[in-house]
Amino acid sequence: MNLRPDPTFHATPKLAMEAPAETLAFTLMLSPDGSKPDGLAVVDTDPKSDTYGQIVHSLFVPNLGDEFHHFGWNACSSSLSPLTGHAFLERRYLIIPGIRSSRIYIIDVKEPLEAKIHKIIEPEELFAKTGYSRPHTIHCGPEGIYVSTLGGGGEDGTDGPPGIFIMDCQTFEIQGRYEMDRGIQDKHYDFWWNLPRDYMVSSEWGLPPQFENGVVAEDLLSNKYGHTIHFWDLRARKVVKSLDLGENHQMALEIRPAHDPIKEYGFCGVVVDTTNLQGAIFTWWRDENGEWQAKKTITIDPVPADADDLPDLLKGFGAVPPLVTDIDLSLDDKYLYVACWGLGEMHQYDVSDPMNPVLAGKVEIGGIVAKHKHPNGKDFGYGPQMVEISRDGKRVYWTNSLYSTWDDQFYPGDRGAAMVMANVGENGGLTLAEDFWVEFPEGYRSHQIRLEGGDCSTDSFCYPSV
Amino acid sequence: METATALWWAVVVSGIYHGVNPGMGWPLAVSAALMDRARGSLYKALAALAFGHLVAMAAILFPFTVLFWLVDWQREIQIGAAGLVIALGVYLLINPRHPKFLARVPPSRLALWSFLAAMAHGAGLMLVPIYLGICGILQAGTGHAAAQTLMTGTAGIAVVVALAHTIAMTVSGGAIAIGVYHWLGLKFLSRSWFNLDLIWALSLILVGVISLLTLH
Repeated sequence: MNLRPDPTFHATPKLAMEAPAETLAFTLMLSPDGSKPDGLAVVDTDPKSDTYGQIVHSLFVPNLGDEFHHFGWNACSSSLSPLTGHAFLERRYLIIPGIRSSRIYIIDVKEPLEAKIHKIIEPEELFAKTGYSRPHTIHCGPEGIYVSTLGGGGEDGTDGPPGIFIMDCQTFEIQGRYEMDRGIQDKHYDFWWNLPRDYMVSSEWGLPPQFENGVVAEDLLSNKYGHTIHFWDLRARKVVKSLDLGENHQMALEIRPAHDPIKEYGFCGVVVDTTNLQGAIFTWWRDENGEWQAKKTITIDPVPADADDLPDLLKGFGAVPPLVTDIDLSLDDKYLYVACWGLGEMHQYDVSDPMNPVLAGKVEIGGIVAKHKHPNGKDFGYGPQMVEISRDGKRVYWTNSLYSTWDDQFYPGDRGAAMVMANVGENGGLTLAEDFWVEFPEGYRSHQIRLEGGDCSTDSFCYPSV
Repeated sequence: METATALWWAVVVSGIYHGVNPGMGWPLAVSAALMDRARGSLYKALAALAFGHLVAMAAILFPFTVLFWLVDWQREIQIGAAGLVIALGVYLLINPRHPKFLARVPPSRLALWSFLAAMAHGAGLMLVPIYLGICGILQAGTGHAAAQTLMTGTAGIAVVVALAHTIAMTVSGGAIAIGVYHWLGLKFLSRSWFNLDLIWALSLILVGVISLLTLH
């Protein structure tokens, strides 16, 4: 416990933007075949440093086959609400779940260059206390740390629906399930909320048999992946509305609410529209009658391609789908970044008017067919995937792996881990930084990035920017 | 008479102490005004917080008012109350965790939250030894007056103590909320918030100890 609030806690998104820039990034490394232990890379992001763009410390865990994916902090700016009673927590621990093993690591990064394991929660404990498996997204909420899961109980994770569980934010003891009334929710992926407005939004990927051994083409073509987003009364823990985006909108993944809590809207990325292979972004909002609504506001077209250039999975379609796998919103709620993992493009949309996004910038790198090189001349394997924006909105970082088995289907062979950065122009626009290229250890892939002191998909703010 | 003045000051000072502590809710008033884009919401939120706090004070003080009517047991009651306050202080020292159920209260129900926050942290209990001290002086002054006089007197004091404390809390917390809303900005929140958990627990113990030492 601190005597003052952690200096990285900010009352408003605007104050967070004015805070000092990140000098370090934390990036997850996974061993796709489970032959080596997964790890956490600490990357130097200080342009004045001699080791800029290099991994300055790595921590590898003592188990094999965890498959690191998403992770998060033990505490964020949400601690500044008196309602939570957690004002004096430290932003000190990274909570890293293994989505294949269901094991959870608590990593102490108080001294980032001496990052060490603080606690390990074994899968059996998670199963016993929650009946859930395959933990995924982390957010700091009213009663502690909220963790979404992708699987229910049983060997293949289909015994009961997946959901969210709560973990104590000081002892990291698992408290139990979050839900009191989940309505029709039977799949899970991401979630986020608006704390003062007291609502949460959650999304759906698919059940473990639909993703663990690769995408199941028959399920995708028969629209069996998730396509519904759920609106919850956060503290009452019940679904108030489940909104079907249309069954052709397969895999509604990342939920990105406006950071400024005065705004009651947000975005959700859809991986693929099975009628036309488009990628899509939906804007969701609460209307003047208090009803939840959603509308498709961005579509990204597939690009025709020769079957010979396509992996087996896509040969029959004669086109590369954009595959919108991750989205992220800058802290000023101005730019939405959309990773088109199939095309090999990172799009930047001006979403000042959330109902009418305008493409403001674009970077081409990697891609199933395009295979764009980095400006430094190196090959960028796979496509732009997990994206993270600096608090000030001036730098955008991303990595290139989606999920081990899916990587292999869309991009057969090992294409190497990557992490790059692009600079944002004064009035929008996106340009890759030639001098930022992270070399990862052989045989690893890179996944989510967290920035020192918080980033654009971590902190929940309790007060509006003025 | 000097003791009485000191005790009344203690009522007011503890109110100011509760009021300026962000943990007792003034940031929620700033947030309400900003979220509603209406300055009036700041005052509405302050009123809700004050009401919750006042009810919490009353809920703790009135049972002791009734107990105090057991004239022959007054000394024991004062010792018991002091012991209770000290015990809570010691408990909070050993277990500084904040109660999780407070986080379950929706942000729209500020009065309920304020009531529960005051109860959970023993804000009302802190006033009890002070209040009983004032009652003791009243009784000494009136001698063996009619029971009726004592009852009305102590009940009246309970009302005034709860009101004076809550007004001091609301005015001090409100002043900061208004200052932050109009001039200081929300940066003031993270800059000025100190972890008072330890001091809070120690002040409970202090109030209890002083009360024991000054018993006649």
